[in-house]
Amino acid sequence: MESVAGLIRKLQLLLHRQRFNRELEEELAFHREQVEQELRDDGMTMEDAHSLASRRLGNDTRWKEEAHDVIGFTLESVARDVRYAFRQLRKNAGFATTVVVILALGIGAITAIFSAVNPILFKPLPYPQANRVVMIWERQRDGSRRFDCFGTFHGVQKRTRSFDALAAMKAWQPTLVGKTQPERFEGQRVTTDYFRALGVEPVLGRNFEAADDQHKGPNVVILSDGVWRRRFGSNPSIVGQQVTLDGDPFTVIGIMPAGFENVLAPAAELWAPLQYDPSLPPLSREWGHHLNIVGRLRPGVSRQQANSELDVILGILGQMYATGYNESGGVPAGMLVNSLQSDVTGDVRPALLTVLGAVGLVLLIACVNVTNLLVARGVQRSGEFAMRAALGASRKRLTRQLLTESLLLAIIAGALGMFVAELGVRALRALGAPGLPRMNAIAVDGAVFAFALAVTALVGVVVGLIPALQTNRGDLNLALHKCTRVGTSHQTMRRALVVAEVALALVLLVSAGLLLRSLQRLFAVDPGFDGSHLLTMQVQESGHYYDNDANRLQFFKNALEAVGAVPGVVAADFTSQLPLSGDYDVYGVQFEGDNSAEEGGNRYAVSPGYIETMRIPLRRGRLLNERDTTSAPTAVLISESFAKRKYGTQDPIGRRVRMGPDAGQPDKPWATIVGVVGDVKQQSLAVAVEDAFYVPTTQWPWADEVLSLVVRTRGDAAVLAPAVRNAIWSVDKDQPIVRVATMESLLTVSEAQRRFTLIVLEAFALVGLVLAATGIFGVLSGGVSERTREIGIRSALGASRRDILTMVLHQGMKLAAFGVVVGLVGAALASKTLVTLLYGVSRMDPVTYLGVIGLLLAVAAVACWLPASRAARVDPAITLRAE
Amino acid sequence: MAAKPDLMPGTLDLLILKTLTRSPMHGYGIALSIKRLSDEILTVEEGSLYPALQRLLLKGWVRAEWKLTETNRRARYYTLTAAGRKQLGIELSEYEQLITAIGRVLESA
Repeated sequence: MESVAGLIRKLQLLLHRQRFNRELEEELAFHREQVEQELRDDGMTMEDAHSLASRRLGNDTRWKEEAHDVIGFTLESVARDVRYAFRQLRKNAGFATTVVVILALGIGAITAIFSAVNPILFKPLPYPQANRVVMIWERQRDGSRRFDCFGTFHGVQKRTRSFDALAAMKAWQPTLVGKTQPERFEGQRVTTDYFRALGVEPVLGRNFEAADDQHKGPNVVILSDGVWRRRFGSNPSIVGQQVTLDGDPFTVIGIMPAGFENVLAPAAELWAPLQYDPSLPPLSREWGHHLNIVGRLRPGVSRQQANSELDVILGILGQMYATGYNESGGVPAGMLVNSLQSDVTGDVRPALLTVLGAVGLVLLIACVNVTNLLVARGVQRSGEFAMRAALGASRKRLTRQLLTESLLLAIIAGALGMFVAELGVRALRALGAPGLPRMNAIAVDGAVFAFALAVTALVGVVVGLIPALQTNRGDLNLALHKCTRVGTSHQTMRRALVVAEVALALVLLVSAGLLLRSLQRLFAVDPGFDGSHLLTMQVQESGHYYDNDANRLQFFKNALEAVGAVPGVVAADFTSQLPLSGDYDVYGVQFEGDNSAEEGGNRYAVSPGYIETMRIPLRRGRLLNERDTTSAPTAVLISESFAKRKYGTQDPIGRRVRMGPDAGQPDKPWATIVGVVGDVKQQSLAVAVEDAFYVPTTQWPWADEVLSLVVRTRGDAAVLAPAVRNAIWSVDKDQPIVRVATMESLLTVSEAQRRFTLIVLEAFALVGLVLAATGIFGVLSGGVSERTREIGIRSALGASRRDILTMVLHQGMKLAAFGVVVGLVGAALASKTLVTLLYGVSRMDPVTYLGVIGLLLAVAAVACWLPASRAARVDPAITLRAE
Repeated sequence: MAAKPDLMPGTLDLLILKTLTRSPMHGYGIALSIKRLSDEILTVEEGSLYPALQRLLLKGWVRAEWKLTETNRRARYYTLTAAGRKQLGIELSEYEQLITAIGRVLESA
């Protein structure tokens, strides 16, 4: 141990290093002169004295080095190591490049993926005390969650003591009609405390107050920073002025800060008060389940406490408002209080963890490969190291040297990896990872850099340590004699590497394979309709002209006629909700003669030809037609599985139901089931069949102002989009048309998350396979090459080529088989995390497992066979002499 | 040249410190002084003298300053510090204990 004072003196010396050298030189020169003087005093000539003094004193440089060693730090010898390592790597540029590229790809990939995953999974949301922000859902009897209705929100808000702020919200797409084309905005209708629950405030103007969120209250709006800049040129005096949304004047009261990240509706740019009716009239939107509730817990109140309080409150509400709840699917079983973080990221968590795991595996495989390269080089250099050891280099010194070399490689690879990561993050953002929350927060940031650095250093140490141990354990004498009979420890190492490579590759490939098969199964699922040549778009009505139902129906009718006249259109129809588009619109259904609780089903208010245009099969009865008008008795179609569940083998045709607001209302007329149609996937191909019913738009109690148009086309559906749009605008040019997409692209997008995971996973699996294959090849063929001499002896002793091949293959395949066994255990464990991403495939799917095992064993066999056959072909005399 | 006995390890520091008790000296002077006082039996190798002086400097037992010699040459003179004097005391007593112990062993044998 050095004293602190000593350390300070050392530092001073180091800082004034030139002076130290100068003074030392002068001191030594003085000494030399004095010795010469002494010798001359003894009677020597000047020359003799000079040469004798030189001989006696020896080499100046050595003295200086020794003096340096006294004052020097370990750091300096590290610098020497680094310089030496650089020289070594330059001498072996090919080896160094290979290692650096492999590691850089691994490190870059893991950094890019971690960058994407970090803000979603690990970073707190960008709100003060974000852990106190929760989402509140209604809980159904089967434990699943449901959107809240305003009745629940209103009742809870009046009674709860668990929250600092509580707010309900729904999506809102106001249209700003200007001089140019109508522009539709994403926005939210929210109750007073929405921003308070999140913990953010407008940067200009004011927040919502209780006076804003009154039934039939004032039209006020808060703008996002983006809209404010884009549409209003950052003009601060816009606050207090009016803008026109959906034909109504709205007063701008505030601007949100630029940094405000709205994780609940990332695209929302406008916010207006919800303004629902607190008197909660029955049969009103106040009982529709279409709201989300967000809350900020009071400090010290846990989610569990809040949840049990809400359950109690809901019990009271259920009794008070039995009618209100019953007409919209019944009183919920309870409430669910989720943390906002898990709510926002819950859906994508398994996918992201899978991708993170995959990239981790690739990095591991890369490490194993690099280790193998370093070991192989260690063997090549064993002579060099033995020489250095014989010359007096300590074991510690040599170990440090090797560690320095591999750390240096890892650092260079790390720097390059950061570059790869930046490219990767850009690619991920460009790929637009559908459904990935907090996309805009993804960037290579400080935390990620630290992570990459840690990974790099770890890789350096791990990869460096193994060959260092290997070299040191070797017997110097053996190595010095340049004997290539390789030590057993080295062979053990090789074996471990083969097993590791095979095992890691197996885990990676099985995971990718399972997902691939899931996706195959998924796309083979029948959505229930014919999605080819189908163009879809959402048509909205905006403006007060459409405040009355007759005008609404007339516009859609005219629009259909106009679209039908477009060349290339086979048929066109409207529906209130479009399958696989994200629409979700469920209403209660009361069956005549069934007094148990009413059922919920997807409601489709459609124009009469919809079922035919979609090519949904008719199972019984008849389809809707032009005679099912406003004045005719209401006709309804129900889905096949709905019919089977309610009526079993009985014929449902002619049975009667009350739907939506009419359900449970004895004074309302019954509607008659006129037909049964095939099941259609509404939410996702993977979700089980849901109950559904179809009613003519004209016979539903109100006319929807937003409908989706489906157009069956003769040729390519996408090509017709502009013509169809213009046809609608020829009826009324101020009506916004959005979400234009072919049904085929909707089908794809509905599975986008699985597809995204798959693409990324496949990419990594491919990289992993290539790395593992080259790695397995490298390890096995390296092992065989080292045994060239042995093979030579064997063939000299009479072993046939066949014998030798069999022996090498047998030994190599034994290792590969062991790797497969280890990998199977790993894959079985890894597939557990995959379960939520799988569809129609067991996580133990034998086809996938057998396929991957076969592939890896084939790679291993080729890797053994090629070098073995090469060795066996060579004349044993040459092999033996080569030593 | 007659074989010179090696210095016992650690005794070089002791000798340098002791030599410096009389007056500040430069490196050559220290080497010369030790040689003379030991009747030419102990020769301090230059290769170990200067590293030893650096070590003593670092430990703060000696101080160095450039001065002019009687012949007007610049030389680095080493002076014993208070800490060095204390250290000399410690090393002397350790040395005496060591010698006594060795003496006892040799006498009894």
